[in-house]
Amino acid sequence: MNYNIILAGVGGQGSLSVSVVIARAAMASGFLVKQSEVHGMAQRGGEVLAHLRISDGEIQSPTVPEGDADLILAFEPLEALRYLAWLSADRGTVVAATAPIRNIPNYPDLDTVLGEIEKLPRRRLVDADAIAKAAGSARSANVVLVGAAADLLPIPPEAIEREIAALFARKGEDVVRANLKAFSDGRAHAAR
Amino acid sequence: MPEFVFSGDEAIARGAMDAGLSGAFAYPGTPSTEIMEYLQDNLGEYKAALAEGDRPQVVAQWCSNEKTAYESALGVSFVGRRAMVSMKHVGLNVAADPFTNSALVGIKGGLVVVVADDPGMHSSQDEQDSRVLADFARVPCFEPSDQQEAYDMTRAAFDYSEEHGVPVMLRVTTRLAHARASVATNAQRSPNALEKCGDPSAWILMPAMARKRWAALLGKSTRFRADAEDASSLELRDAGLGVITCGLGLRYYLENEGDWAAAHSGARPSHLHIGRYPMGNEKIRLLAAHVERILVIEEGYPYIERAMAGVFPAPLPVLGRLSGALPEAGELSADSVRAALGLSPKASAAKAGIPIPQRPPQFCQGCPHADSITALKEALSDEAEFYVASDIGCYTLSALPPYSAVESCVDMGASVGMARGASCVGQKRAVGVIGDSTFYHSGMTNLLDAVAHKTRLTVLILDNSTTGMTGAQPTIAPGSRMAELVAGLGVEREHIRALEAHRKNHEANVAAIREELGYDGVSVIILRRECLEHLKKMRQA
Ligand code: SF4
Repeated sequence: MNYNIILAGVGGQGSLSVSVVIARAAMASGFLVKQSEVHGMAQRGGEVLAHLRISDGEIQSPTVPEGDADLILAFEPLEALRYLAWLSADRGTVVAATAPIRNIPNYPDLDTVLGEIEKLPRRRLVDADAIAKAAGSARSANVVLVGAAADLLPIPPEAIEREIAALFARKGEDVVRANLKAFSDGRAHAAR
Repeated sequence: MPEFVFSGDEAIARGAMDAGLSGAFAYPGTPSTEIMEYLQDNLGEYKAALAEGDRPQVVAQWCSNEKTAYESALGVSFVGRRAMVSMKHVGLNVAADPFTNSALVGIKGGLVVVVADDPGMHSSQDEQDSRVLADFARVPCFEPSDQQEAYDMTRAAFDYSEEHGVPVMLRVTTRLAHARASVATNAQRSPNALEKCGDPSAWILMPAMARKRWAALLGKSTRFRADAEDASSLELRDAGLGVITCGLGLRYYLENEGDWAAAHSGARPSHLHIGRYPMGNEKIRLLAAHVERILVIEEGYPYIERAMAGVFPAPLPVLGRLSGALPEAGELSADSVRAALGLSPKASAAKAGIPIPQRPPQFCQGCPHADSITALKEALSDEAEFYVASDIGCYTLSALPPYSAVESCVDMGASVGMARGASCVGQKRAVGVIGDSTFYHSGMTNLLDAVAHKTRLTVLILDNSTTGMTGAQPTIAPGSRMAELVAGLGVEREHIRALEAHRKNHEANVAAIREELGYDGVSVIILRRECLEHLKKMRQA
C-alpha cells in the first residue's frame, strides 16, 4: 500500500501542522512515512507545500512524484490548482477549501477557480471556514478539511483524533474539544 | 535501538549528541538552522545523561557568524573534545578561511562541519555545491542519502575525523535536511576528556610548519580515496545502463528502478552508489567496463560527472547534469530522474485551464520593517538620485512590489559595503539597509571602513531583536547596546539616531531620515521594534 498526499496552502494556515497530525496517525497505525516540506522563511502569505508519503513498505523519494498523488489537500482553492501536475490521473482526489486568500493583486476570478476544480473527476469542495465557524472554532478550518478527507486516508479516524488531541493538548481542553468537533463536522460534511 | 521521527537536521544533531559532542556552534541559515535548534532544545536532557563532571562543559551556541562559529569549534578540537559547526552552503564561504586552513592542522577532538546546500535556491542566493569546497580544502566529505544515514554518518564522521586528524564535512541538501523519516538510534557515548593536542607544531601554520602539514595532508589522500572506495557499493547487473548515484540521487533512482525493470524484462541497471569523497576510481572503472553508457544522478553540481573524465579509456557516453540528460540548474526530483532513465511520465490530472499566479511571501501583518521601508521611501521621494543597497533578511522582501524600495541584495553585510563603494565614486544618497543580526554578522567591518574613509553614507539598521527570516533565533547582542556599538566603531553620536519603527512615528521618522541623508558623513539610523515572530516565541517560552 502506498498513499501519497500533497498538502497545499498559504503561509499561516496551519497546513504543516496538519501534515504532522496525519503523519503521526499513520505511524501509530503501523505505516512508514516520509514527509517533506520546505520551510525556513518565517514570513507569511506565500505558497506552502508539504509532501506526505505513507506506505507499508520502504519509501524512497522524500517528495511525491508527479502524477502519483492520491490526494491533494488544499487549504485554499487556487493552491489546489497549482499542484495538479502531482495528482494521479486515475486515482487522485482533490479536497479543497473554498475560501480564497486574495493577498495578490492578480488573484483570478473565484468562480473560475472553483469551476476548474469542479472539472476534476474526483473532488470535494468544502467551505471549511464556515463549518469551523459554526463549530465555534474559526481557526480550525484546517482540521475541518482533514475531516472532510478522512474517509479517503488509509488510516482509522480514531488514530487521527488521538493526534489532534495530542497536538492541541498544550492549549487546554477547550481547544482540544473544539478541534475534535471540527474534525467530526468535516467528516459529517463529506458523508452527506 | 529506539526509533524516532527525525528531519535530516534533527538526525544529525541527535547523531552528534550520541557520538559524544562537547561543543556545537552555528549561525542560523536555511536549511541548516534546525540542527542547532534541536541541540539547544535537547541539551538539558543530553547533559542529564552525562557523568556529572562532564555536564558544565557541553555547549550549543549561536555565534556572530559562520567564521567565528568555526573558530570556536577548532578550539574545542584543539583541547581534545568533539566539536560540530553547522551552516548553510553560503555560510561556508564566510568560514572558508578557517575551513581551508583547518585541513592542515592536527585535529584532535573530532571536528564535523555540517553544510546544508540549497539546490533550487528555496531560501538562498545561489546553489553552490559544498562538495567542491571539500575537495578544494582536501577534506573528506560524507554525503548521506536519507535520515538514517544522516544519523549514522554523523558518528562515523566524528570517528574518521579523530582517526585521521582532519575535519570531516557532512554534506546534506534541503530535501534531506527538511524531510522527516523514522531513524533508529544508538546508545549515547561519553564526550572526550580534556587533553590538548600533544604535537606542538601541528597547529602553528607558519610557512615552515605549514609546508610539512600540507605534505602530510596530501599524503593522506590515498587513504581517503581507498576508504571512500570501500564505503561505496557496486552492483554489476544490466550490461547496457550503469547508474551512479550519491546523496538523495539514490532515492530518486530507487523510486524509479522498479518501473525501469518492468520496461526491460526484469533487468535492473548496474549501479554504483557513492557516499564519501574524495571518491576512488576503481569501481567506476569496473562499472565502465561492464556497461555501454553511464547515467550520473547527483544533487548539486555535476561533480562526480566531471571527476570521471579520464578515469576510463573507453569512449563511453556519460550522461548527467553536464551532458544535459538532467537539468544542470535546480533540484533533482523523482520526475527528472525518471525522464533521464528514459521512462515516460506518470499520468497526471489535466492542467488547470487558467494561468496560476505566483504567491510570493510577504511581510507579516504589522512587521516593523514595512514601516521602516515606507518611511525610507518617503524620505527619498524628493531626491533625484539615490542608491538603496539591501542585505540578507526579511527586509529583502521590500525589493518586491508594492515597495520596490531596494536595489541590491548580494551577501551578508554587502549593503553597507556596496553603498559605501558607490558613494566613494560619486553616487549621491547612498543608503545601506541592514538588519541587526546581519549587521553583527558582517556589517560592522564595512561601517568601520566608512568611518575610516569618512565616506558619505546613510545606514539604516533595522533592529528587530532577532534573526527573523530563519524563524526568530536570538541575536548575538541585545538591541540596547546597538547605539553604543555603532558609536564605538567611530560614528559621531549626533549622527546615530535611534527611532521606533512604527507607523505612528511615520512623520518624525521620515524627517530624521531626511536630515541624515543631508549629512556629508557617516550616519546610522537605528529603527527598532521587535519582530512579531520573535514576540510570539517569547510568549510561548
Ligand atoms: S518574521 Fe519578523 S521580521 Fe520577518 S516579516 Fe515577519 S515580523 Fe517581519
